[in-house]
Amino acid sequence: MSDLRLIVNGELRNLPGPAKVTDLLTHLGLDPRMVVVEVNREIVRRPRLPEVDLKDGDMVELVHFVGGG
Amino acid sequence: MNDTPLVIGGQTFRSRLLVGTGKYRSNAEMVAAIAASGADVVTVAVRRVDLDRTKEEGMLYHLDPKQYFLLANTAGCYTADEAIRYARLGREAGFNEFIKLEVIGDKETLLPDAEGLLEATRVLVKEGFQVMAYTNDDLITALRLQDAGAAAVMPLASPIGSGLGLVNPYAIRTIKRRLTVPVLVDAGVGTASDACLTMEQGVDGILMNTAIAEAADAAAMGRAMGLAVEAGRLAYLAGRMPRREVAVPSSPTRGMLA
Repeated sequence: MSDLRLIVNGELRNLPGPAKVTDLLTHLGLDPRMVVVEVNREIVRRPRLPEVDLKDGDMVELVHFVGGG
Repeated sequence: MNDTPLVIGGQTFRSRLLVGTGKYRSNAEMVAAIAASGADVVTVAVRRVDLDRTKEEGMLYHLDPKQYFLLANTAGCYTADEAIRYARLGREAGFNEFIKLEVIGDKETLLPDAEGLLEATRVLVKEGFQVMAYTNDDLITALRLQDAGAAAVMPLASPIGSGLGLVNPYAIRTIKRRLTVPVLVDAGVGTASDACLTMEQGVDGILMNTAIAEAADAAAMGRAMGLAVEAGRLAYLAGRMPRREVAVPSSPTRGMLA
């Protein structure tokens, strides 16, 4: 058990490992239905969020819909 | 007079007015203005979640995707690759295969990059997207986008957020006349008369954001735009009288007193 160092939306974040993508969302207080996750530029589809492992050094992007034209 | 409904990529829409969700002073004002406009398609942008303020800003907390058709955009993208990445994220975040494709070529004017647009359209169409391409008012680019498989082509009235209105009605009429896919005017409309005049050119619809969001009373402008789009559409279908350089009296010239 050691902390994973992740780059989440461009910021360094530590997460207790081992962890799945869902664990990161829970850790950040995000509702998985409201966000889309990219890990190392690959989209992780919603049903796979509880299955995909996060690794030390992973680049994670968490995006959602905001106001736009 | 009966009109046919707006159909894009096999999907039927109630309103010919499509609206954006950006730049409103508050979410409550946005929701009220969109409701007043009668639009059923609303555009949204894809951006990073602010990790320090997680509860809140997502549009899905304010707009019910069962009530509105959420159209994700690729606003802010300057290359085809970037736009393709945003489109894929938008599809994953959203509820449909539609994307409002923007590939911007210049920061000052926000005018589209025709080459990037065409490249991104070809890739996204292959991936099953219904591409609604924001483009300039150039016929050749519009034709190429149609050939590339765009579901709708959306030339600008004038630059994004400018409120300058319809600067080249001739170009818009030409694009509408020559294309078989729906033509929607996207960007530049400033007030209701602009929207009406744009619809009178025969286009299939209008997409706008700033004109409503920046009005002093956004909900009132939303309603005005909804009415203007309907009025302009009806006037187009009704067929306007010819323009004449001379006056023609409306009352009989016979029967005047001696």
